[in-house]
Amino acid sequence: MSALLELRDLHVFYGQSHVLQGVSFDVRAGGVTALLGRNGVGKTTTCRAIMGLAEPRGKIALGGHDLTRLPTHRIVRLGIGYVPEDRDVFAGLTVAENLRLAERNGGARYELVYDLFPELRERGRQLAGTLSGGQQQMLTIARALLNENRLLLVDEPTKGLAPLLVTEVAHALERIGELATVLLVEQNLGVVRRVARDVVVLDAGKVVHAGPAGELLSDPARVRGLLGVSGGREVRSIA
Amino acid sequence: MTVTPRALLGALLPLVLGLLLAAVPLLSLDVPWLFNGPLDSPGTLQVLAACLVLGGVAMSYDLLFGYTGLLSFGHALPFALGVYVSAIALTRWEWGMWAALGLTLAVGLVVPLGLGAVGLRVGGIAFAMVTLAFAQAGAVLVQKNPRALTGGDEGLGLSFERLPDFFVGVLNTKNLYWLALAYAAFVFVVVRWAVGSSPGHVWQAIRENEQRVEVLGLHPYRFKLMVFVLSSFLATAGGVVYLLVFGGATPAVISPNFTLALLVMVVIGGTGTRFGALLGGVLYTYLDQRLPSLAGSSEVQGLPGILRTPLSEPLFLLGTLFILLVLFVPGGLTGLAARGPGRGLRRLEGSLRPGGTSGGVTAQPEEVG
Amino acid sequence: MSTLVLLTITGLGLGAMYFLIASGLSLIYGLMGVLNFAHGAFLTVGAYATWWLQGVLDGIESTAVSFVLAAALGLLVGAAVAALVELVLIRPLYQRHIEQVLVTVGLALAITALVQGIWGADARVYAVPDWTIDTTEVLGAAIPNDRFVEIATAAVVLIGLQLFLRRTRYGLIVRAGVENRAMVTALGIDVRRAFTLVFAIGGLAAALAGVLSGIYFGSIDPERGTSLLIFAFIVVVIGGLGSIGGSAVAAVVVGLLQQYANYYASSGLGDLSVVLLLAVVLLLRPAGLSGSTATA
Repeated sequence: MSALLELRDLHVFYGQSHVLQGVSFDVRAGGVTALLGRNGVGKTTTCRAIMGLAEPRGKIALGGHDLTRLPTHRIVRLGIGYVPEDRDVFAGLTVAENLRLAERNGGARYELVYDLFPELRERGRQLAGTLSGGQQQMLTIARALLNENRLLLVDEPTKGLAPLLVTEVAHALERIGELATVLLVEQNLGVVRRVARDVVVLDAGKVVHAGPAGELLSDPARVRGLLGVSGGREVRSIA
Repeated sequence: MTVTPRALLGALLPLVLGLLLAAVPLLSLDVPWLFNGPLDSPGTLQVLAACLVLGGVAMSYDLLFGYTGLLSFGHALPFALGVYVSAIALTRWEWGMWAALGLTLAVGLVVPLGLGAVGLRVGGIAFAMVTLAFAQAGAVLVQKNPRALTGGDEGLGLSFERLPDFFVGVLNTKNLYWLALAYAAFVFVVVRWAVGSSPGHVWQAIRENEQRVEVLGLHPYRFKLMVFVLSSFLATAGGVVYLLVFGGATPAVISPNFTLALLVMVVIGGTGTRFGALLGGVLYTYLDQRLPSLAGSSEVQGLPGILRTPLSEPLFLLGTLFILLVLFVPGGLTGLAARGPGRGLRRLEGSLRPGGTSGGVTAQPEEVG
Repeated sequence: MSTLVLLTITGLGLGAMYFLIASGLSLIYGLMGVLNFAHGAFLTVGAYATWWLQGVLDGIESTAVSFVLAAALGLLVGAAVAALVELVLIRPLYQRHIEQVLVTVGLALAITALVQGIWGADARVYAVPDWTIDTTEVLGAAIPNDRFVEIATAAVVLIGLQLFLRRTRYGLIVRAGVENRAMVTALGIDVRRAFTLVFAIGGLAAALAGVLSGIYFGSIDPERGTSLLIFAFIVVVIGGLGSIGGSAVAAVVVGLLQQYANYYASSGLGDLSVVLLLAVVLLLRPAGLSGSTATA
């Protein structure tokens, strides 16, 4: 089982604060690896570092190819799709324009995207800023799926969504996990249980656990210890 | 309180420097290349006095730009207020010196208070453009020459009749030099005192992160208005000294180029440093005064046109020098001595995008997660 | 009545020039966060390149032909200088906005001084085709034809820019970049190419404004760029930073206000009332007329 993405001794500083303090883990090819941890432990920063948006120190490699010195657009073109947190769509652009912007070198998989999210086809001319939160989340996922990518980074796709929409997004993530390798940042353990094969847990800028998802999630005491009480509560938020 | 050698040096250095500078008019020393005449000649003293006045004005600008992070493009306005209001009071209305000074300083408080109250409602680039526009309004007013007060393009010569004798005549240039030195020293002391005071710490906190200041329950607007008025007032005082040194007012003091020149001075010397702005102001003014005579020298005149033309334009040379400094020495000249991250211009980064209202660049994440 | 018509059309002509400068400023600021003080210098360089080629072609071609050729050169020079500035001076300072602004300040000083050094501080007379000086009667007012040239040019540029922004891929990238530059790069797009392009377009529009100002005033001088730039800045702030449509509206308002106030109140009051308008707009709507920043 080879590692598609390798992170070795990754450090990130924002001004005075040392946000990532030597993060190392692998993402196996195929399936979903979930990146877990409490708020503020460095999950989003890890994603931004992989995307070249955070000036990291250390090594990040995609299939053996070093990413750390590359500008963001080159990293993307090596085959990484990014779904940022907070449903970051271009609000002043239409849905169709948001998707058109994501096209790279032809071969855009509109059939796949519209099959997964039929609503986006109907709302092509609507301004993305006027979509509901769930629709905006689908649009950011669709943007990343439009091209064939080796790896997808998906940052908290269910944050702030209603339970019904969480189920819908989880379903989409399952499908996506069959198409590409996914690194998923997620607080909702129900979603993690449903989609993830492996888990990596961060705490205070360091990796504190890495292994198969089932092994960790079947041990509630361990989950509570690593993720705090809220983790246990969120297990029930999706049936 | 123990006195460290460093603190002692910090207190002594300005004092020694001031005394040395005060002694200049007493020295009949020839400085070849740097000056045409000996140090105590009126021509040289006038160049030096101009350097000191503008060094002081540059320090007042640094209070705003370097210490608080407020990029104003209208600092020419308070300076020109000092020049023109006192010139009009002395020459057109034939007031006495103290009355003219009193009026000028009162105007120098009230006008910045009003303009700052309006302009500081916006931040960053919008503030820069608003101040630019206000200064432009001043320039238009001078140009328009209402009731023949300002003299329009011609400028306004200073009538010396109401001035004390010791400021009048070529032989008294040394007194004007001392006045300029006193002004520069005054600004130096005030700026040092102000940035060390408790509002001064808030100004520097605003420069680093305005939102954080707000979170602490302080009202950044009030502190910004305070520093705007103080820095403008110091510039107005500089305008009065400038008028006396040059014996007249010209529209050049309210041109956009003058504000840009102040910006250049501060950046050349190093923003938000103790001596940087003074050094930059002195150096810029010296070059600005001396480069034209360099361009007229036989060495330059003998060059082929492609070299001669750029060399005869002081602003071309200064502008180019400035670009090179920004590109390669962003800490300014004083930053050369103490280089490192987070100094000089780098520290001002972010002050152009206040409150995250302009654009939407997520280069720095709002929260780390 | 005829005076009002003349003032209105002249004000629109002036507004047309402000718009040409402001549109580039606004696009550059919106996309890159750079307040471009060198924009006036692009204008001056373009206008002088036009004047220079006119002199070369004088007597060889008819005035009209030489003017068109010369203006074409001026626009090319404006665009090329702007693109070069972006590549050589702005790009190395990526993301460092203060330093970028300062570099453009230095450029504004240096280029203006260089132009003055080469061609002198005095105004240079533009040789314009005769018909631009002739007048056409509109509602009883004799309007110099150049006013129509200015207005029509600005209208064409406005429509062209809107088509560019709405219909082309680069336009899409620019609009998205104004909203969120980092996210554009995260979609695999090299946004720096759009920076160079926007600078070139801005330089071209500024040079166009320079050529038109040569027709409008009959001559060109080294300070022209700086003096027009200040009003263009005001237009950009009133219109809302980053908004082309807002700039167009604000340019018309500022141009008209300036003309009316100069005539009906007193000369020079036009400029002051524009500053007053700016103050009022800032007090009422600190984000400018268009409200938000991210519209095109």
